Amino acid sequence: MDKSAATMATSFTLNGEIVQVDPTAGERLSHSLRERLDRKDVKIGCNAGDCGACTVLVDGAPVCACLMATQQATGRKVETLAGLVKADPDAQALIESFQHHQAAQCGICTPGMMVSAVALLRNAPRPDAAQVQDALGGVLCRCTGYRKIIDAVVGAHAADQLVLAPIELGHNARRFDGLAKVTGTERFGDDVAPAGALLARVIRSPYPSASFTLGDIAGWQANHPGIEAILTAKDVPGLNAFGVIPGFIDQPVFAVNHVRFRGEAIACVVGDADAMATLDLGGFPVEWTPQTTLSDIEDAIAPDAPLLFEDRKGNIMCGGFVQCGDADSALGAADVTIEASYKTSFVEHGYIEPEAGFAEMVDGRLHVHACTQAPGMDRDTLAAVLDMPMADIRIVPTAVGGGFGSKIDVSLQPFIALATLKTGRPVRMTYSRNETMQSTTKRHPAEINITLGAKADGTLSGMRFDGDFNTGAYASWGPTVANRVPVHASGPYHIADYRARSRAVHTHCPPSGAFRGFGVPQSAIAQETAFDLLAEKLGMDPLDFRLKNALEDNIPTVCGQVFDQGVGIKPCLEALRPAWELAKAECAEFNATQSAFKRGVGIACAWYGCGNTSLPNPSTIKAGVRADGTVVLHQGAMDIGQGSNTVIPQIFAKALGVSIDGVTVLGADTDITPDAGKTSASRQTFVSGNAALKAGEALRRAILQQANVGPDAEITLEGGKVTVTDTGQAQTLDLSRLEPNADGYVLMAQETYDPPIKPLDENGQGIPYAQFGYAAHLVVVEVDIALGLCKPLHFIAAHDVGRAINPLLVEGQVHGGIAQGLGMALMEEYIPGRTENLHDYLIPTIGDIPPIETLVLEIADAHGPYGAKGLGEHVLIPTAPAIFNAIYHATGAKVTHAPATPTRLRAALQEAGHA
Amino acid sequence: MSYITATTLEDALTALAAGPASVIAGGTDWFPSQGDRPFDGTLIDISRLVDLHGVTQTDRGWRIGAATTWTDIINANLPPAFDGLKLAAREVGSIQIQNTGTIAGNLCNASPAADGVPPLLTLNASVELTSGQGVREIALCDFLQGVRKTDRAADEILTAIHIPDLPDGSKGAFVKLGARKYLVISICMVAVLLQVKDDTLTDIRIAIGAASPVAQRLTALETALRGLPTKGLTNAITDDLITGLAPISDVRATAEYRQTAATQVIQRAVTLALEGDA
Repeated sequence: MDKSAATMATSFTLNGEIVQVDPTAGERLSHSLRERLDRKDVKIGCNAGDCGACTVLVDGAPVCACLMATQQATGRKVETLAGLVKADPDAQALIESFQHHQAAQCGICTPGMMVSAVALLRNAPRPDAAQVQDALGGVLCRCTGYRKIIDAVVGAHAADQLVLAPIELGHNARRFDGLAKVTGTERFGDDVAPAGALLARVIRSPYPSASFTLGDIAGWQANHPGIEAILTAKDVPGLNAFGVIPGFIDQPVFAVNHVRFRGEAIACVVGDADAMATLDLGGFPVEWTPQTTLSDIEDAIAPDAPLLFEDRKGNIMCGGFVQCGDADSALGAADVTIEASYKTSFVEHGYIEPEAGFAEMVDGRLHVHACTQAPGMDRDTLAAVLDMPMADIRIVPTAVGGGFGSKIDVSLQPFIALATLKTGRPVRMTYSRNETMQSTTKRHPAEINITLGAKADGTLSGMRFDGDFNTGAYASWGPTVANRVPVHASGPYHIADYRARSRAVHTHCPPSGAFRGFGVPQSAIAQETAFDLLAEKLGMDPLDFRLKNALEDNIPTVCGQVFDQGVGIKPCLEALRPAWELAKAECAEFNATQSAFKRGVGIACAWYGCGNTSLPNPSTIKAGVRADGTVVLHQGAMDIGQGSNTVIPQIFAKALGVSIDGVTVLGADTDITPDAGKTSASRQTFVSGNAALKAGEALRRAILQQANVGPDAEITLEGGKVTVTDTGQAQTLDLSRLEPNADGYVLMAQETYDPPIKPLDENGQGIPYAQFGYAAHLVVVEVDIALGLCKPLHFIAAHDVGRAINPLLVEGQVHGGIAQGLGMALMEEYIPGRTENLHDYLIPTIGDIPPIETLVLEIADAHGPYGAKGLGEHVLIPTAPAIFNAIYHATGAKVTHAPATPTRLRAALQEAGHA
Repeated sequence: MSYITATTLEDALTALAAGPASVIAGGTDWFPSQGDRPFDGTLIDISRLVDLHGVTQTDRGWRIGAATTWTDIINANLPPAFDGLKLAAREVGSIQIQNTGTIAGNLCNASPAADGVPPLLTLNASVELTSGQGVREIALCDFLQGVRKTDRAADEILTAIHIPDLPDGSKGAFVKLGARKYLVISICMVAVLLQVKDDTLTDIRIAIGAASPVAQRLTALETALRGLPTKGLTNAITDDLITGLAPISDVRATAEYRQTAATQVIQRAVTLALEGDA
């Protein structure tokens, strides 16, 4: 008898219950769990076993559900996070420990991390850090820098002894949105579409530069039952272009006749899910004619290079310029000078959640549910593309599984919106890992020349900076990078004579856009490593040299901006001095007896202006009191893992003078939250925080006025009552006598904050930002001389955050930024067409991030809410140059091309005289 | 299209003989190579065949069932000669991959960077191929023919790996060079198997992977090292003895880097085998 089973129903135990599914041949267990059994707590990040987000336990062993045929689960016991947290004691301990340590930021990797950790804890109830790293090594995280995850798993056994931190401003409150992230109930872009939604997939160019002709689309559609619509450029009712900066709206929704980068969209196929699952897009009727490809800056600026845009001569999209004093004269008068050149590579954001979402029509209006950093801008873009009134579009952001800048731009939103309008039905779309990596924005590769001068006493005397940035095929945030870089390329130093130019150069590469730091991490590599060369030439200690030239209150920046308060770079450097002196001594001791491995210590500084550069960027926050006593905060600042769902309520509650417990938080949703701007430019804590502060104060005034009491009265929210206590006398407001407004509030406040800035003149002089944040990182590295491997051993990060609204969230940003900076320094290099997956494109794993000590400094800023400064991008900027300086200190090898892969570092070591 | 969960080897062979089909065990290579393309073929799942699991001692050495997972190998009670294979097992992808990925899958996938191949080459492994016509055995070095190319016929299933008896005192080691700690594809990797008597190297086998289309033994180097005193042995591992590599330049490293790194990684693998510490 043939007992082998050909395609038949598969039955297994899922979280304690027997389930039955009928998978196709070749169906992944992850797909069955999510789409047939609605277990959306199993996340999909890559479908290739590279990220581990889909980790489930099969008979107790962690496996990637994306690499297991569903039939292989037959008769077995499958456990997912949502099931484990209900009954498994280890999972329940991890729920507490993960929240306590803020081990989940965006939360997309959290199910994979926690499920892997449960398997570990069952065998090793008290694991050490190394055991945790080995057990969780198969799960990638892009937000946390992993150290908090290690802490959470190491400490899980004592979870019942954890003491809850106070939730008020200034304390390590758990994330207010954290529970859903650690129980698997958080809903990300791919988790929200209704059953039966149509599926959309994009036809993309396989060539970086080509013309094309569409064939018989109608005929192809007729041959493929189940396809409901095929969209091309002629189906775009409004503007067939999107972008983020006025004057640079240049990327077609669907290319017309020719494409400018591999992965560019030319059409979109929409059909029912079953038909789409078996559809071979390779048969789509299109004829390609490849054309000359400009792969890099050198190609693009060659005199005979074809133009990507006729009106952008020399393929130069735009430039930036800042000048003060006379750099050339100062350099001529300098006692020592340094000239150096640097190159950096494309860096991929590498969030674990690929772009996903769905759109539907509701009462004649378009609703778009998708992961995004900028709901307001998404709505603006869709209104233009669809030629639709803004009021008819609602953006409902899902949870965002990491963004780091790339999810500011629209990706799939125009496609699903057009598809829904065309078909009248809900349409969903999820980018594949390959698709997100080839089509969404990247960090600009930079080519930088820098000249620095100093007087013999160490005073800087002139700086020239020329940076070309590969901005790819379309503008995206390239103009912002071009503007930001010359403003920041001086670093946080007093340089009286300065000239910095930048150019954004078009190539046939994916669009370069926003990525944590907008070009400043690249310029900091050049400036901060050149500083060490200059200090060496001067015979000065790198820390002393930086301190001597560091900005202070009342000293002008290179833009001529003078802060009379809040300049915190010197305290950052001073905070590092004890560790610096110790590390130098320890490295010397180590190196005295070792030859195969050398240790070195490096430091680097950063400053970063919070908010848009010399442009308005208001945030609005609304809050109200309902007649039933409920206080509601409309919080529209997108939380992409960084913590605005926690920080903004902490600020609001402090301003209102109540406990956060009593506040109901709504949003983000363009129908219910006023525009709090985009989550970028390190602006949410600063700008939206100020709006929340103002809204809290305004609502407080309204309440106190109702009670007719003085400004120091105490407001308490309890049991649906608003009680006001003044000079010992308590009164409960009678809200029922007040008329609710159109929003249902009897008392309401809506406040806007826009940072005070001024335009930059033709020399870049003006007020680009209302505040800067400051940072200095120290790292000790060990270099394997023969193999060219650099292993960071520990980091100490000093950050002036003005005021730590939630110190643990500050640490979370620092750790995550260092992890990304380390990746940029040592391994991350996106090569179009070559590294469009997470095994050829490497981001750091849990074994690559050493211990990090965060020194939080609070040099209050006059403009910041309770003194707070932005932080999100500062954390990345000093990391790579600190590592390169440490390598130089250890070995004398100059890293001038990031990342310092083993091949490059080995070559630099040989150049420095190492055999 | 169909999915066949074989419950006997005969069933699997019959299904395979019947027409084009892919054989899967762990699936950890099949799914990534399939990517997001629709699949309308036939899959024959051999992971439930009990006889294909486990490591057993035979009258002529050792037998590793084809569908034995890397985790099974890590957990198996094996002599120190298998230390290299165990270290390689720990380097295969991640724990998730090791829990389902199988040793035969690693061989049939025939990646130049397959972690399992160098240690198996040092163990003089051969593979057992079974079809409806019978069983044949072929040396691993002959089975692997090139990048993604093996000697397996379309109707054959790799059913076991055989390892001949190893001299007492054999010690294995494995060193993988990659650009990050976990989940990393090799820049290059080296397995060593050696025996020492009275501070003299009585035998040594060295294999290197990811430095040529197929991992290979370095017989010239082995010959040069055999009989040398263990003290200072690594000094005898010199570039001129490391011949026949054909490293490529790719996103992980240049060919030139691979060639020079090879010497270093070999030295470290030998040191690890000698001292238990790299």
